[in-house]
Amino acid sequence: MPMPKRLERPMADILKDAAITGFIAFALALPLVGFQTVDQASAIVLQTRFPQLFYAVALIFTGRLLLLFCNAGLARPIMLVTGAFSVLWLVNAFANFVTVNWQTLNFLTFATSTVVALRAWVLMRRRAAALTERGKDVMGERIAVAVNRLARRIGPFIAAFAVALPFMPFADQRTMDIGIAVLTYVMLGWGLNVVVGLAGLLDLGYVAFYAVGAYSYALLSKGLGFNFWEALPIAGGLAASFGIMLGFPVLRLRGDYLAIVTLGFGEMIRLVLLNWSALTNGARGIGDIPRPSFFGMPFTPAPPPGITAVHQFFGVDFAPIHRVYWLYYIILLLAVLTNWFTLRIRRLPIGRAWEALREDEIACRALGINPTNTKLTAFAIGAMFAGFAGSFFATRQGFISPESFNFLESAIILAIVVLGGMGSQIGVVVAAFLLIGGPEYFRDLQAYRMLAFGALMVGIMVWRPQGLLAHRDPTLRLSKRPAPDGVPGR
Amino acid sequence: MEYFLQQLINGVTLGSIFGLIAIGYTMVYGILGMVNFAHGDIFMIGGFISVITFLVLGLLGVTWVPFALVCMLLMAMMFTSIYGWAVERIGYRALRNSNRLAPLISAIGMSIFLENYVQLLQGARNKAITPMLQGGVELMTSDSGFTVHLGYMQIVIVVVTAALMAGFALMIAQTSLGRQQRACEQDMRMARLLGVDVDRTISLTFVMGAALAAVAGMVWLLYYGIIDFYVGFLAGIKAFTAAVLGGVGSLPGAMLGGLLIGLIEVFWAAYFSTAYKDVATFGILVCVLIFRPTGLLGQPDIEKV
Repeated sequence: MPMPKRLERPMADILKDAAITGFIAFALALPLVGFQTVDQASAIVLQTRFPQLFYAVALIFTGRLLLLFCNAGLARPIMLVTGAFSVLWLVNAFANFVTVNWQTLNFLTFATSTVVALRAWVLMRRRAAALTERGKDVMGERIAVAVNRLARRIGPFIAAFAVALPFMPFADQRTMDIGIAVLTYVMLGWGLNVVVGLAGLLDLGYVAFYAVGAYSYALLSKGLGFNFWEALPIAGGLAASFGIMLGFPVLRLRGDYLAIVTLGFGEMIRLVLLNWSALTNGARGIGDIPRPSFFGMPFTPAPPPGITAVHQFFGVDFAPIHRVYWLYYIILLLAVLTNWFTLRIRRLPIGRAWEALREDEIACRALGINPTNTKLTAFAIGAMFAGFAGSFFATRQGFISPESFNFLESAIILAIVVLGGMGSQIGVVVAAFLLIGGPEYFRDLQAYRMLAFGALMVGIMVWRPQGLLAHRDPTLRLSKRPAPDGVPGR
Repeated sequence: MEYFLQQLINGVTLGSIFGLIAIGYTMVYGILGMVNFAHGDIFMIGGFISVITFLVLGLLGVTWVPFALVCMLLMAMMFTSIYGWAVERIGYRALRNSNRLAPLISAIGMSIFLENYVQLLQGARNKAITPMLQGGVELMTSDSGFTVHLGYMQIVIVVVTAALMAGFALMIAQTSLGRQQRACEQDMRMARLLGVDVDRTISLTFVMGAALAAVAGMVWLLYYGIIDFYVGFLAGIKAFTAAVLGGVGSLPGAMLGGLLIGLIEVFWAAYFSTAYKDVATFGILVCVLIFRPTGLLGQPDIEKV
């Protein structure tokens, strides 16, 4: 590595800064990383993990040191070294040349190196373009605009691929299950996007409406013999009326109070489901929920006399995967419906009012928009889509219990919306693929999934508070001249 | 009557724990106007550091209970306040002038991160310790044979809490740091113009909030004898409810709210149903926000355009 001629900051300064960071990291890690409480027969005993502790601290010290060197004008060599290390690590992860112990620290090393490489790259770009601090924003905005444009162009292909997926040769049970899971979260994300992205109301209890939908379908179909399509609008309507009931008293509140109250409501509904055993069967949940039929035709190998099963109607052999295909198409239809509805309603006065409210509530009030009613519609519509998704969840699983509807689920849906970029439809799809599809494939990373969720939520908020792919197209341009390339008018 | 008295004692004990956590919420809200969602997890980390200190003391052979308690208190406060500082530095400082939702989302991310961090490092199972201080005073016995029991541990908890809160209130009212803090709360820009180091003040606010939460975590561990990585979620929400009930931004309000929430929870469980005791807390939160958004002791908050 060629030594630099001159650093833009004194070496002693840099070392001191990194040493302070290292010391803080040591203080943070000493109790929780350095010691481990291990359960033994009757009590817990303490074990030490000092090598791991020192490695973690050294890692943070090195990372900070490298970042400081980047800032002092060494971005290029550092990017090359760390980038090469990350690539080698990935190659090794797949090919297993060297086996490494300490799974977590090993992964952390990779993460640190990647973060440093990315940061160095960003710094290089910024220097090359002589961008200022505001330039950070412009660059993110450019990426968002490019992705949104690209999405518009390749959107039809993605849709076509989604429709054709069951006919692909690789569409086995597992792929279809992942597809269904991803689409469910895409739909939930799009539904929540109406509330969070468009209307700017932070809803931390979204999963409550999902639960209402699921339990509505389960009870309607088991108790009153409704089929899926009959129960679906009722479930959506019930969820929407819950949204109105819960939203009406609290929507006067300011953003962060609203968030906590919705969280409280979400937990309340879960606790009621858990304790109202007469209706919901409590913690044991409801099982044997009817599976959907194909226009009245069941998916069974041997249907009762007088009823045609699906495989007989199509003249093919019976296969259990046919039902999975059908479930996949149902959720695809529901998701597309959600998206279409959202895109259309954005152009209506009510949609415009949502976005205006998000930007400035006081100005809206001055213009004669009733904030409570406007927010309430957003809340109810978001809740309705959650109700639809909940019904689908119940019919797909065949079993529901309050455990499926905890706060973590709300947080995951929120993470999808936030990471994708609030208000961006394509962002939700990308985020759902990354957050749901990814961990489904890499089962061994399951333990780190929520950790990474949390870290990503913090990181993205710090880097781009409006969300990764958020991009606001001006709805009205005052002159015919388009805004400068990639930079929408402010 | 005896049953009522017993519940009162239990309620005050629980309420002082909530009050300690609520102070952290209320101080941060007062200065930054944000709900520090990760505060409940700071409390949980305080509890875990207490467990670890307890075990280390056991290894070192310390058996004198008062010394052990003071050691645990100091260690928990010291290490947890570093966590409080780091959370603010990493997650919130960059977002100080951002829109209202960004810091809250960052705080939720922080909370998820901390929970899973502790779960990964220390395991998902409950951590139970042997009781350090047993026994108590029997105050009175009813005709039906019900005895009102005041545990030594409960006395310690209430005394420690009261002492800390008094010291804390004194600090806010009398010291230069307290004055700087109140100045930042009223007008951050003006305070900066007058030479107050705003970053430092905010950092110290988080440090103090975390130290008090650490005490709450330790007290929780001593009182219940058990802690797990998820305990911060519910306790945090209840403490937030306490802060809102007392009036967000008001320190006496947080203490009062904490006591009330503790009493309500204990009495609800004692006289109505244990199953719905958390529903009662959330119900109170909703009712307070609807009918008296400023809380019991809070100042109405005027939005400037």
